[in-house]
Amino acid sequence: MSPFRWILSILQADTQADRVVPPTGHTVRLTLFSAAAMAFLAVFALALSMATGRLAVRWGDELARSSTIRISAPAAQMDAQTEAALRVLSTTPGIKSARALTDEEQQELLAPWFGNGVSLAALPVPQLIEVVEEGDGYDPNGLRLRLQAEVPGATLDDHSQWRKPLIRAAISLRRLGTLSLLLIGGTMAAMITLAATAALAANAQVIRVLRLVGATDVYIAGAFVRRFTLRALAGGVIGTLAGMVAILLLPGAQTEGGFLTGLGFQGWQWVLPLVIPPLGAVVAYFATRAAAMRTLRGLR
Amino acid sequence: MIELDNMAYSYGGGELLSGVSLHLQPGAFHFLTGPSGAGKTTFLRLCYGDLTATAGAVRLFGQDVRDLSRDDLAVMRRRIGVVHQDCQFLDHLPLHENIALPLTVSGQASFDDSNLRELIQWVGLSHRARALPPELSGGERQRAALARAIIMSPDVILADEPTGNVDWEMSQRLLTLLIELNRLGKTVLIATHDLALIRAAKSQVQARVLRIANRKLQFAGADL
Ligand SMILES: Nc1ncnc2c1ncn2[C@@H]1O[C@H](COP(=O)(O)OP(=O)(O)O)[C@@H](O)[C@H]1O
Ligand SMILES: [Mg+2]
Repeated sequence: MSPFRWILSILQADTQADRVVPPTGHTVRLTLFSAAAMAFLAVFALALSMATGRLAVRWGDELARSSTIRISAPAAQMDAQTEAALRVLSTTPGIKSARALTDEEQQELLAPWFGNGVSLAALPVPQLIEVVEEGDGYDPNGLRLRLQAEVPGATLDDHSQWRKPLIRAAISLRRLGTLSLLLIGGTMAAMITLAATAALAANAQVIRVLRLVGATDVYIAGAFVRRFTLRALAGGVIGTLAGMVAILLLPGAQTEGGFLTGLGFQGWQWVLPLVIPPLGAVVAYFATRAAAMRTLRGLR
Repeated sequence: MIELDNMAYSYGGGELLSGVSLHLQPGAFHFLTGPSGAGKTTFLRLCYGDLTATAGAVRLFGQDVRDLSRDDLAVMRRRIGVVHQDCQFLDHLPLHENIALPLTVSGQASFDDSNLRELIQWVGLSHRARALPPELSGGERQRAALARAIIMSPDVILADEPTGNVDWEMSQRLLTLLIELNRLGKTVLIATHDLALIRAAKSQVQARVLRIANRKLQFAGADL
């Protein structure tokens, strides 16, 4: 049977055993809808988690790769200090290359502030050295100490001051995504518990008849549990597929700038949302079962 | 099979039954009579564990009802066929599924369909098998209830006013069914206030008549 036919059959038919509970159309349709809506939201929460995870890694990566050393010294000492700094850098492990920016490059950087015609020689502009890391990078504190000793005018700017809050923000976003997933699961459990409890209460007379003809609690609960679990599964499949299609149709946001990563899945991550429907069914199973056993204990 | 030992039952409104003792022996045929409201239905419900005695003991197949869990009791009920006064059908299932319900819930789905058809024919409901319970007449419902009560081939049959809603002719047919079952070795207890039915039965089967009067269970003599 094709998956689609299978889902349809779940939506329409009950097995012989489940027929002992009358069609609880209303409640069950609401369950289907809620499960679909929750799965849809879960896909987005999952996508958010994935995207922010990638973002944190990338910010960590790209920004950590480069840093700047600024040398402020009287014009007479500038060249000597620059050379001293480059020497220190060339013997520092974890540094791939270090290069003093040329006057032209520095002028370009300053142009927005001072205009194009400015001659650097006339201004006490610090010399900039661009440092590119390799491997696990260098130890910024060690480097700072060495620079302090040998190049008094040098200041190391390893970008960590403004990189860290960005990474922290990405990590909090990711945590938010995870929390949303948990909340969605909890809400789903709560809704299914309410729906199942309502269905059981509405069928007190049916339950009484079933008991009179020799049905055990597990049997009666099973009829309700199967019904709600299958509907939650079906709703989950529908909602997840809809969510995945919606994310596929999102315009890609990673063309410019590099900071914005598209909300979405990459490669193998597309498998992840497929876990949502079975997970939803598991939640529904335990929620309905607990609700049923509790209600049955209460009904004599 | 069913033993009541100095049993009493009271509820908010006072004591309904007191000092009731009875041993239902295999193969026995009993009538239970008494005016409406005397406690016949209550008595039967005590006999299949739907109510719990407030004093004394009720033993089903040697086990005290108070020691049975809800599930134990459910399983025990498969050995006691009950014709409920109000039939207790599932209104959303057609008659044949209602009759097969005890098999369904006990997981005996493999029950031979032809046996079910035979049983439905035996109670004369073949033409109504696919009808829903609310579409049936009182007599049809009571015959269906009897069919459901015996489908598990129980050792005991408890019938609560099984002829309550039917005309004389139909009540004779139902009585004949119950007597036939008794001949097959089943223990039968019929609660009824219909003395004419009891008289009719006495010519066909050796029946004992019990009567609830003034909260006590008495054996009625030959005065019927
Ligand atoms: N748990 C109970 N709560 C309230 N009333 C009860 C309870 N059990 C029995 N009764 C009352 O006891 C009386 C006996 O009822 P029942 O056993 O149905 O009598 P019968 O079947 O002989 O007509 C009725 O008046 C009924 O309302
Ligand atoms: Mg009664």
